[in-house]
Amino acid sequence: METYIGKPVKRREDARFLKGAGKYTDDIKLQGMTHSAFVRSPYAHAKILSVDTSAAEKAEGVVAVYTGSDACGTFGVPCGWQVDFKNGETMREPLHPLLAKDKILHLGEAVAIVIAETLELARDAAELVQVNYEALPAVTCPKKAMEPSAPKVHDQWEDNAAFDWCIGNDRAEVEAALANAHHVTEMTYKNHRVAPNAIEPRSYISDYDVNADKWTLYTSTQNPHLVRLLLCAFALGIPEHKVRVVSYDVGGGFGSKIYHYTEEALLTWASKEIGRPIKWTSDRTEAFLTDAHGRDHIVHSKMGFDADGKIVAHLTDEYCAMGAYLSTFAPAVPTYLHGTLFQGVYTTPLIHLNVVAPFTHTVAVDAYRGAGRPEATYLLERIISKAAKEMNMDPAELRYKNFIPPFNGTTEPGYQTQVALQYDSGNYHGVLKRGLEMLGYEDFRKEQAEARKNGKLLGVGISTYIEGCGIAPSAVVGSLGARAGLYEVGHVRVQPTGKVSVFTGAHSHGQGHETVFAQFVADKLGIPMDDIDIVHGDTDQVAFGMGTYGSRSLAVGGSAIIKSVEKVLEKGAKIAAHKLEAAEEDLEYAEGKWTVKGTDKSISFGDVSLTAYVPHDYPEGVEPGLDFSSFYDPTNFTYPFGTHIAVVEVDADTGKVDLQRFVACDDVGNVMNPMIVDGQIHGGVVQGVGQALLEEVVYDGEGQMVTGSYMDYAMPRADDVPMIETDRTTTPCPHNPLGVKGAGEAGAIGSTPAVVNAVVDALAHLGVTDIQMPVTPQRVWKAMQN
Amino acid sequence: MIPAKFDYIKASSISEAISLLDKHGDDAKLLSGGHSLIPAMKLRLSRPEVLIDISGISGMNSITEDGNEIVIGANCTHADIVNSDLINSDLNILAQTAKHIGDIQVRNRGTIGGSLAHADPAADYPAVVLACDAKIVVEGKNGGRTIAATDFFLGIFTTAIAEDEIITSIRFPKVANGNYQKFFQSASRFAVVGVAAVKEGNSVKVGVTGVAGTPYRATAVENAYSGSSDAALHAVDGVEDELMSDHFADEEYRAHLAKVMVKKALEA
Repeated sequence: METYIGKPVKRREDARFLKGAGKYTDDIKLQGMTHSAFVRSPYAHAKILSVDTSAAEKAEGVVAVYTGSDACGTFGVPCGWQVDFKNGETMREPLHPLLAKDKILHLGEAVAIVIAETLELARDAAELVQVNYEALPAVTCPKKAMEPSAPKVHDQWEDNAAFDWCIGNDRAEVEAALANAHHVTEMTYKNHRVAPNAIEPRSYISDYDVNADKWTLYTSTQNPHLVRLLLCAFALGIPEHKVRVVSYDVGGGFGSKIYHYTEEALLTWASKEIGRPIKWTSDRTEAFLTDAHGRDHIVHSKMGFDADGKIVAHLTDEYCAMGAYLSTFAPAVPTYLHGTLFQGVYTTPLIHLNVVAPFTHTVAVDAYRGAGRPEATYLLERIISKAAKEMNMDPAELRYKNFIPPFNGTTEPGYQTQVALQYDSGNYHGVLKRGLEMLGYEDFRKEQAEARKNGKLLGVGISTYIEGCGIAPSAVVGSLGARAGLYEVGHVRVQPTGKVSVFTGAHSHGQGHETVFAQFVADKLGIPMDDIDIVHGDTDQVAFGMGTYGSRSLAVGGSAIIKSVEKVLEKGAKIAAHKLEAAEEDLEYAEGKWTVKGTDKSISFGDVSLTAYVPHDYPEGVEPGLDFSSFYDPTNFTYPFGTHIAVVEVDADTGKVDLQRFVACDDVGNVMNPMIVDGQIHGGVVQGVGQALLEEVVYDGEGQMVTGSYMDYAMPRADDVPMIETDRTTTPCPHNPLGVKGAGEAGAIGSTPAVVNAVVDALAHLGVTDIQMPVTPQRVWKAMQN
Repeated sequence: MIPAKFDYIKASSISEAISLLDKHGDDAKLLSGGHSLIPAMKLRLSRPEVLIDISGISGMNSITEDGNEIVIGANCTHADIVNSDLINSDLNILAQTAKHIGDIQVRNRGTIGGSLAHADPAADYPAVVLACDAKIVVEGKNGGRTIAATDFFLGIFTTAIAEDEIITSIRFPKVANGNYQKFFQSASRFAVVGVAAVKEGNSVKVGVTGVAGTPYRATAVENAYSGSSDAALHAVDGVEDELMSDHFADEEYRAHLAKVMVKKALEA
């Protein structure tokens, strides 16, 4: 019998993707469908003096034009997470309107929607909408936004803070420990803003069926059920059972497609108004201007050490941009997904993080691959490498000295951090040791010394990360301000012929769920993968779900499926026992059949399935059918970890960084499909390298985006990265049935500081101690000049 | 990314294209490979009412030898140039340069005539036509003329081509010893600095693109050169007030890069 877990099974979904046969929202064409275009603000901050739609309304093919003065102007999309001020004041939560009415608060904010028979006509007519603006000064930097003279984003509050927040030990205690420390390392920098850049831009179609009084919303989302809930219960106030949300294939999300966006709600509202389906697909310019961005923290940090190099205290203050409005998960990102990881992999006894989260005249900042954890890792891994240099220690040695000792979370307890979380299991020594072996660290240091004599600037950078994913225990996140539970639903429907349909609330937009979920269900049931179908992305087919983000699909969604598989086998055993005229406890299940132990009497999974649906000869008191749905609410987050090491050569003449090697030793718990895990690590690493070397959203002083196209926003290309060398250690997760931790974000979390550490290491002998990301040739060259 | 409405006319001869240009004046744009024009139109930054497609005109896409010169039809794509045996052997610097333009898809569609007429200040070809002393051959309603490369580029997106004129070919002298050095902008991969150097004995001709609003001949370098790459220190002499600046490279860094890349070109 073929088994699948742990094998590099090729992805079933790739056949359709490689043939261009995927079914993305923009591929869908409905009878009578209209198209739409938005009129968007060319200013970051402005008063809307007037909007004249008369010419647009008369233009060829125009069906309707709506502005903020129409009924839709009173609706707004909600925020899904509440983080209150330290002093108890409630988080400031402005209405995020579907269309701006009086004021523009960020570049690209929508003022009107034009609906027409074709996309071309919609675009042409949108140009005829006359909007008079009075431009106002804008603030885009989160630190400047808190200066008393800063232009206000929302007039109703006395300053721009959405909230402030802290976590960890008492600040005074941490400050005292720093004052007494043998050595204190300090850093001030910006973890800069990046744009998510999914290859498929956001795309929506709303289809209102007058006769059924029902909507179908086709949307490129990472979590259809959450969109439906937010849309119905919060944005528009329409009955949830009247709305079906469908997201078939989605071309990448990286976080940016988690959120419920204004365009989804507006199209839903408007399709009932006009009684026809409406499509909108973002173009790349709109994607830069309106997809939620990532990062944007201004950081000031101090880490104290004793004479032996042990960390004694860590204090950090951050300004973290929220953007003009609070996106769905925005408040959680620089707080509960960030501060809770400040322990890192170290035994730091005293930690304090203070966060001020201001509104800015920019598009919203929300979760972007890793969401808060890359920012925490960047800080910890940069500052510890900087400290090693200052204390004249090897960066690996300083890490070893401070690691939390290995613990498996079963016979040894989890590790209680100073910042609320309890790590499940970990072996940080193991991944660093393996990573250094893979690199050949000692030999590299010799090579580096030789190269330096010849004027060659070689550097190595280490990063040992931990992240918290598999989000999340509902009660825990509820106590932290989440307005949703973070369980998952897994439904296993065994058909009469023994074929199996699995319905999952997780959503695949590149992760390979159709393959991985079928792998472990096949093994657990002892049947071929071909007998299993994975269904996702349709609220009418899947009972409920919380979607895919936070590396949660396998750890949480997979666990829910396992629960249902167990229920199937439990009921199947009752039917099998009846058919085999044996006691249930005398049966064993293996290779797709129940066998009476010690005999050759057996019945197959298929025969039991058929019996369940044709219950002529059937056990008393057992219902027909073989169909179970389960909710799985995890008991803890999962905590993958790893070591990433980068080797760079810096061109002394130009400052250009050549990334020569990248070594990643990750521990993501048990691995279902090593090929897919490698792929996730590769993609994540390149995304993290992109932030380190290339990508940056730049706004000018007026809030105009300088980097609003691929002519100016540098995405990593194949020739920017070397072959990525991967390996793994395996420390199973002790609290979920598959022992899995999650691999989706790890690459993006570990890689960024490794690259910057390597660049700084290459230039250390020139006195360079830090370089602002992205470390572009210009920045590197200027650092070398000083 | 939907362009504004436009009419499309496919010209079958140079004279037809010229008369169409004359008729439509400012409202018209010539379309060859379209790899600069179409993106600008999709963003509605460029909105011509008429596109005159010259890509099908016969006789404008050949690469031929004419005595000591190589004549390249304006409709030759960058890929045609990369793959031409004649250019690889007798004008190698141009093949080197064309390889740096865009990616395979861009090189398969974009043309040398279109690129020169567009005059993007960060394009690659200007450095080479300057360093080679190439001649741009144009035709208009009053007949043809030849524009020296040094007279051709007038500013950002501005050339000496008159409104009714079309580039029909570019005439290069054969060049034995030339090379092109490029430092690219990591997003667009256009040149932050592109330097073409053509050496003959102890003298050199140096064309520089990407650095100033108008590509230029680095005459100060040429005058100082007598075999040593130290002359590269003069890379931006005379253009100090015209240096371009953006978030990728400010004036100071761009001037430094110009010196570095000129030095590389002189040493290559």
